[in-house]
Amino acid sequence: MSETSQSPDGPVTRSPLQEVGPKGHVHQPLPHDSAASHVRGAAPYLDDLRAPSGLLHLAVGGSPVACGRITRLDLVKVEQAEGVVAVLTSNDIPGRNDISLGHGDEPLLGSQTVMFFGQPLFVVVAKTRDLARRAARLAVIEIDAETPLVTIEQAEQQGSKVLPDYHFGVEDNAPPLALADLRLSGQQRIGGQEHFYLEGQIAMAVPGEGREMQLISSTQHPAEVQHCVARVLDLPEALVSCEVRRLGGGFGGKETQATQWAALAALAAHHTGRPCKIRLDRDEDFVLTGKRHDARVDWEVGYSANGQISAIDLNFWVRCGCSADLSQGAVDRMMFHADNAYFLPSARIGSQRLRTHTVSNTAFRGFGAPKAVLAIETVMQAVAAKTGQDPLDVRKVNFYGHNGTLTPYGMQVESSVTGRRIIEQLEKTSDYRAKRQEIARFNAQSTILKKGLALTPVKFGVSFTQTHLNQAGALIHLYPDGSVHLAHGGTEMGQGLFQKVAQIVADELGVPLAAIHHAATRTDKVPNASPTAASASSDLNGMAARNAALTIRSRLATFLSEKFSCSTVEIQFAHGQVRVGEETLSFADVVRMAYQARIQLSATGFYKTPKLDWDRTRKSGRPFYYFVWGAACSEVVVDTMTGENKVLRTDIVQDVGHSLNPALDLGQIEGGFVQGLGWLTTEELVYDQHGRLRTHAPSTYKIPLASDVPDQFNVALWKEPNDEATIYRSKGVGEPPLMLAVSVFCALMDAIGSLAPSKPVHLDAPATPEAILRAVDAMTRPNEEGS
Amino acid sequence: MVSVSMTVNGKAVSAKIDPRTLLVQFLRENLLLTGTHVGCDTSQCGACVVHVDGLAVKSCTTLAVACDGSTVTTIEGLAHDGALHPMQEAFREHHGLQCGFCTPGMIMTAVDLVNRKGHTLDEHTIREELEGNICRCTGYHNIVKSVAAGAQAMAGHK
Ligand code: FES
Ligand code: FES
Repeated sequence: MSETSQSPDGPVTRSPLQEVGPKGHVHQPLPHDSAASHVRGAAPYLDDLRAPSGLLHLAVGGSPVACGRITRLDLVKVEQAEGVVAVLTSNDIPGRNDISLGHGDEPLLGSQTVMFFGQPLFVVVAKTRDLARRAARLAVIEIDAETPLVTIEQAEQQGSKVLPDYHFGVEDNAPPLALADLRLSGQQRIGGQEHFYLEGQIAMAVPGEGREMQLISSTQHPAEVQHCVARVLDLPEALVSCEVRRLGGGFGGKETQATQWAALAALAAHHTGRPCKIRLDRDEDFVLTGKRHDARVDWEVGYSANGQISAIDLNFWVRCGCSADLSQGAVDRMMFHADNAYFLPSARIGSQRLRTHTVSNTAFRGFGAPKAVLAIETVMQAVAAKTGQDPLDVRKVNFYGHNGTLTPYGMQVESSVTGRRIIEQLEKTSDYRAKRQEIARFNAQSTILKKGLALTPVKFGVSFTQTHLNQAGALIHLYPDGSVHLAHGGTEMGQGLFQKVAQIVADELGVPLAAIHHAATRTDKVPNASPTAASASSDLNGMAARNAALTIRSRLATFLSEKFSCSTVEIQFAHGQVRVGEETLSFADVVRMAYQARIQLSATGFYKTPKLDWDRTRKSGRPFYYFVWGAACSEVVVDTMTGENKVLRTDIVQDVGHSLNPALDLGQIEGGFVQGLGWLTTEELVYDQHGRLRTHAPSTYKIPLASDVPDQFNVALWKEPNDEATIYRSKGVGEPPLMLAVSVFCALMDAIGSLAPSKPVHLDAPATPEAILRAVDAMTRPNEEGS
Repeated sequence: MVSVSMTVNGKAVSAKIDPRTLLVQFLRENLLLTGTHVGCDTSQCGACVVHVDGLAVKSCTTLAVACDGSTVTTIEGLAHDGALHPMQEAFREHHGLQCGFCTPGMIMTAVDLVNRKGHTLDEHTIREELEGNICRCTGYHNIVKSVAAGAQAMAGHK
């Protein structure tokens, strides 16, 4: 297998990748690595660490308007306030006032002009957090305010963009659309989403010897924190390190959005020479950090009487906010998923990346793909309404495989049979057809309450679409007592990555899990790591750690084969023991012997994903190593008088490959689905015309609660091994399940559609009761929308 | 500054504090009991739930002075002699956590629920009773399972 090319120097027997874990940890449903500490409140987050002596606290002072020129920033009263040690502005930044990812469009602290409401303009450093926050209120800020661009339409009219437009697929789709038997067009608004990681943004900086600066940060991307702090403080990157042991949730919201707080803490530590910490409160966190992009999609589809799509235009108008941030990748991924699971013979996928005076939108689980999946599934619902078919049949007739396997961006979909089989299984296990009839009967008799049903697939491409990010490193040390120190570049944010990687290393070294100490993620241990994102972290870090383990195991085997004059084939590592021919030694004894014999007991491992060659300029190549498939069937009931609604049942079948840990994977599926459910039904972000976010706390922004989850919720894993040679033939699982919630949205459309069966439903997301009532109204109005 | 005295996890503690000090601050900053978390600061997420005189309260919106003379139990006080409380064991066993940030509050709420409603809890009751506790990771499925199992296990406890 090509994947093992990184491995070791000696001829050692290797477990083939596709096999069941040789010694019993991989593929087992083991609990999260910190489960036993979490239940005792003994797994510390950053804010729980014992404060270093002399710790100071930060509070930011932000812009009172969304757009304009700063005419006065008077901080005298702030400086004089009790407990204040320093007040810092952009003038105090020794390096570059730039926290962007290379676009140069996002300052650490605003100067001259402001870009969004609340934008940090200065930071107070004080003896306590409370004193810092009180002092920050005393600033006199005068701004020559201008009218902000807030909505997608305002930015569209002004041609305000953060990045150039981009499209792929056919250049001129007009002729194929004109040739289609039937045509339909529509428009849909799709809302953003606040991450609401339970642990808010937090960072601490500790000055070291000379100019060294150490950061502890709740970040998904420690390397980015390191590089950004070096840039801001004008330090060599080698003098800055960043550590993170665990995050209290990330979901994409701490990929770039954690950087600013770490950089502010570092700036304060640089000026005061003391450790400095910043923790945003929940309202600040809502206002000051980016969210899932919201968008408007304009679509036009050509199809035949059986619902088969012949041509389609999907055009996304995306609110990126005040800077580019991750919008290039997130919007590109959206475009890559505009086909979802369907072969679209003639497709043009376009995107406009709009700049507004709102906080810069960022990564969020799914990274653009959820909007695209929702859009194409909405089209499927509309085509089904027009052709009078069951939407599932329209989905099937368009599914990849029968008619074609080429995506609009030129990659072949090789595994569509997996997706098709999943759909067929779910159709049976959810009792789809019988339920369809039952619902028709219910709706015929019920005037106000209407039920709806939908079975929707998900196809998700795994790999960073920026090819260079598909690399990972790991580091393993053995100590003479046989204990193992493990580190890699991935961060643990609840998803269970640390446990999965530890399972892999335990099996490769043949030691019990208890022998492995999984260290915090540190930039000075494993450098230049990619963010923990893109559902690729087990693939990448698992393989890098495996390669490190194989290197060490191979050294030990070579050493033993020489010492005991046997072949390495006769040497086996399992259960904390090493069999050497007829003899059995403890793993610790072997390590001690190897140490005495001057064998190196430390190894790095590296991995880069093969086969990737996407070329954005030429719009061709392969952006993804493989696809993950899944499907969900949801049944809902809608009160058409009030818009209230409830999910009665959801059945899920999710492809996880040969799962590294089915218990952790199930957790990702359940959690991802519910997070998607929130995004599509209750979580609504409202900006007023001044660009102020009016929903900035859980009091006004509704996260799903335990009682919002479907009464019946059945999740099944599809465990067919990955066709590609991923780590133990598993598949990434972090993001795909979020899009399973599209089944709920389509079921809501189905319920509303029962009011006028041949009319496509125009429903915007999130499907709040208000949005549902608007859709219900449109059904009963003579001039139908969406056609 | 005012003085407060209370019993926290079985130990008598007293301190002179700013009267505005919240219970959660007192626990985390004065007593270094950092297992009680702050998720929202505003009484909505439940990450900060502790027991005061045997009842669940949100410590982010309770003044420490209001607990003068009270008995407080935090997540750190639930395990006895190194053995996990049955509810803690249930959350570990049934994967009732991911990032773990909500977990201490969930467990304290769950124990309170069992104290009030008994050991046999149907799923509907558990879901309704958890309305003051937000979890952003798990989708609640395993949390509900954990609470039901923990409730059962508590019957044989003590
Ligand atoms: S921190 Fe107390 S309820 Fe959220
Ligand atoms: S486990 Fe992360 S918030 Fe519940």
